[in-house]
Amino acid sequence: MTSPIAKPVAPASPVDHSLLYPSPYKEFWQAFARNKGAVMGLAFMCLVVFCALFAPWVAPHDPSEQYRDFLLTPPVWLEGGTWQFILGTDELGRDLLSRLIQGARLSLLIGLSSVVMSLIPGILLGLLAGFFPQILGPSIMRLMDVMLALPSLLLAVAIVAILGPGLINTVIAIAIVSLPSYVRLTRAAVMGELNRDYVTAARLAGAGLPRLMFVTVLPNCMAPLIVQATLSFSSAILDAAALGFLGLGVQPPTPEWGTMLASARDYIERAWWVVSLPGITILLSVLAINLMGDGLRDALDPKLKNAA
Amino acid sequence: MSLLQINNLNVRFGDANAVPVVDGLDLVVDAGEILAIVGESGSGKSVTMMALMGLIDAPGRITADALNFDGTDMLKLSGRQRRKVVGKDIAMVFQDPMTALNPSYTVGFQIEEVLRQHLGLKGKAARQRALELLKKVEIPAAESRLDAYPHQLSGGMSQRVAIAMAIAGEPKLLIADEPTTALDVTIQAQIMELLVNLQKERNMALILITHDLAVVAETARRVCVMYAGQAVEVGQVPELFDVPAHPYSEALLAAIPEHSIGAERLATLPGIVPGRYDRPVGCLLSPRCPYVQDNCRNQRPSLDPKAHSLVRCFYPLNQEVA
Repeated sequence: MTSPIAKPVAPASPVDHSLLYPSPYKEFWQAFARNKGAVMGLAFMCLVVFCALFAPWVAPHDPSEQYRDFLLTPPVWLEGGTWQFILGTDELGRDLLSRLIQGARLSLLIGLSSVVMSLIPGILLGLLAGFFPQILGPSIMRLMDVMLALPSLLLAVAIVAILGPGLINTVIAIAIVSLPSYVRLTRAAVMGELNRDYVTAARLAGAGLPRLMFVTVLPNCMAPLIVQATLSFSSAILDAAALGFLGLGVQPPTPEWGTMLASARDYIERAWWVVSLPGITILLSVLAINLMGDGLRDALDPKLKNAA
Repeated sequence: MSLLQINNLNVRFGDANAVPVVDGLDLVVDAGEILAIVGESGSGKSVTMMALMGLIDAPGRITADALNFDGTDMLKLSGRQRRKVVGKDIAMVFQDPMTALNPSYTVGFQIEEVLRQHLGLKGKAARQRALELLKKVEIPAAESRLDAYPHQLSGGMSQRVAIAMAIAGEPKLLIADEPTTALDVTIQAQIMELLVNLQKERNMALILITHDLAVVAETARRVCVMYAGQAVEVGQVPELFDVPAHPYSEALLAAIPEHSIGAERLATLPGIVPGRYDRPVGCLLSPRCPYVQDNCRNQRPSLDPKAHSLVRCFYPLNQEVA
């Protein structure tokens, strides 16, 4: 026997999108996009990253190829410039644009690897310093204070002098120099978070020390660390350029922005572009990264974030 | 047999001679009972609970004659064993719901984590159970809240989530440490009702730490009044409110604003809880007590049964037996 009253079919409830929370990525992007300077910085960095990734295809010439007939050719918009060398050539007749594009590769590599090499140990040391405030923490912090007491470039020069010049040693030197800021930042953030109830709640729920460190506390400390990483990316590029300029960094003929500056400084009166263009490139990239860091800070700082 | 038995619990911070933060505390909680612990700030209420759960870090030291929960001696457990009990059989709701949830993870993830850890639920089963828990604590549109981050929830809703996390392991004892202090009045009533309903439904014991005597009068069966780390009066609810025996209990009750309606000023107990360096030799309340006698200043009273309750006083009030 069938029931004469058919059960009303419940209409499939359509998802009301206004009730759904915006995804964290969307929220982040909205906050980031509000900062116009940051978006411009991001756009410029995208261009630099693109050039670096596809340097062999983007660059019009081989960066080491010496065109002996075109020594110190001015850029195309100056008298005597040719379209063959858009940004001119240097004292050995090498195409500046190609060298700058190749140099972007190196600068980004140095920036990235030195950030990674100082971020990871910095976070580990900072976590340890924050979680063990009795003996281990203060000893780590005093060591960092000693490192901070030395001028950073001087320390980097000293480290390179010990290890010997070269790409990898430059990266190591820059990583060591920027380590203390990560340690201090992580420790400060950890100490702030440790007093919060959710950490007690996690301990209550049975979290062991490693879980407490890396799963409970660390994600909440990431915002200032990400900003610091961006900013030290730019200072790594600057430091690498400075080391290159002093002849302690990447060795010629590898096209590196700082090394290019150094080798061209004899021609500053005759051919300003050989010096200025690498300088401007360094300036623009550092500026772009710093603007991006500002935007990141705005987007990640919970104090500036409007709660939904 | 009682669910929780604490005998002579002492908590000190520093060396063995440091002033105790919790001083010779005895406490018994039966299964399915609501015990309220009241007392002003700094009287050792929260530290007692932290000690019970083994969350006192160095330089804190715990000593006790007995600290038994559900037949196990909590003092003898290793860290790993204790973690199995605490969080599952003993759970806690915190004062400030805005900091009690981890800002980096969604509500659903945090509840599922407890379920994974203590009940071994995984994947869809855990999510289903988390959803049920959210519905249980009366969160509207529970499905969409599972994927919400804590900053997207209001204070009252965060506290409900915190309660859901606390009851996820189906605890035998729930400790609510001032669960309504950070919420506004209308939400306070709802949260208390929710807690009491859950307590009845699951027959779990509830230790309610609070400043709010009105909440105690409405919900608890027994009250422990704490002062400067000591229990000064332990009694049944209507009696302790009607005929408080300890001068401190009387002063706490007199300090309820409603009792001073029409008066020029609100009733207060002058002075503050004695600290580390001004701890009196005699009764700890003696510098502030309106009924103080000479021997109160030299000798410390012990917690003894009096007419209606256990009282730590030489001259208890309201002792006529009706």
